[in-house]
Amino acid sequence: MIAAKLFLLQRISAIALAPLVIGHLIVILVAVQDGLTADEILARTQGAVGWMLFYGVFVLAVAVHGAIGLRAILAEWTPLHPRAVDGVAAVWLLVAVALGLRAVIAVTG
Amino acid sequence: MADGTLDVEIWRGGADGAFERFTAPARENQTVLDVVTWVQRNADPSLSYRFACRVGMCGSCAMTVNGKPRWTCRTHVSRVAKDGALKIEPLKNLPIIKDLAADLAPFFEKWSAARGRFEAAIGRDDPLVPISPETAERQAASSAIECINCAVCYSACDVVAWKPDYLGPAALNRAWAAWNDVRDGDRKGVLRAVSANGGCHNCHSHQSCAEHCPVELNPTAGIAGLKRATSRAMLRGDLK
Repeated sequence: MIAAKLFLLQRISAIALAPLVIGHLIVILVAVQDGLTADEILARTQGAVGWMLFYGVFVLAVAVHGAIGLRAILAEWTPLHPRAVDGVAAVWLLVAVALGLRAVIAVTG
Repeated sequence: MADGTLDVEIWRGGADGAFERFTAPARENQTVLDVVTWVQRNADPSLSYRFACRVGMCGSCAMTVNGKPRWTCRTHVSRVAKDGALKIEPLKNLPIIKDLAADLAPFFEKWSAARGRFEAAIGRDDPLVPISPETAERQAASSAIECINCAVCYSACDVVAWKPDYLGPAALNRAWAAWNDVRDGDRKGVLRAVSANGGCHNCHSHQSCAEHCPVELNPTAGIAGLKRATSRAMLRGDLK
């Protein structure tokens, strides 16, 4: 049943990512209008709870979506044992969550 | 085909075999199965291959022809030969018994694993259950029931090649028909079976099965239906 659960999680994270990716692309286009400096970015993001939530959810959705996708690729394209595949995907998930949330907190905290 | 002959390469032996070249007469109207039969009857009687009905009903003559899985009894040479050349191999993704005969046991074992059998909810003395042809379930089942079990889709499927425990398009197509059969006494059992490790969620929707199916079924659509059904059941808490 784990396959069915991961499938559902993959679809739910994709649903979350669709508007978040579009929002992120819009942010990029708007942010570069007045030049792109660290000061300018931090002025917009620091202390902004909205951006913290936006990118916090983004990081979690990317980490989950990527880990499940990576698991499928490893299972189909490498000779790794299924447990090793699960292990690599789990480590990728934890690393992506840790690095991503660290960045979100640094920029919006 | 210019000089009235066909250049035919045929796989001989088991997995460690090799191609053998034959020259067969090119005729205006002939199928790939006709060519294989000509070789066996006129060039090498030890050639092993499988066929039965010769009219596209039994699904036993499928082979790989010039790289693609096909039902050879309904595949005209003129449609697939390249410059009068045919390269004929057994079906892919299955063990080779000998020459062009593939071992279909793993293919049918997966039908069982996908809960392909009918689970009767009532006994033979009970009255028949009326099924309206208009219902959504009956129409969904109709789209899946004409399968001739030829294993062409299984041979064409990339995911089966990459992940040998994947149930494959034919077994899941059968599961889709079983899930939509309201007479079945254990329809949730179908969802459980297709949610296991090699189940429907492995399908990447490449649609090679639909592309190659000789009777033009669309197993990908049925598999997508199973993904929807299992997801709904899981969200409702019916599938744990």
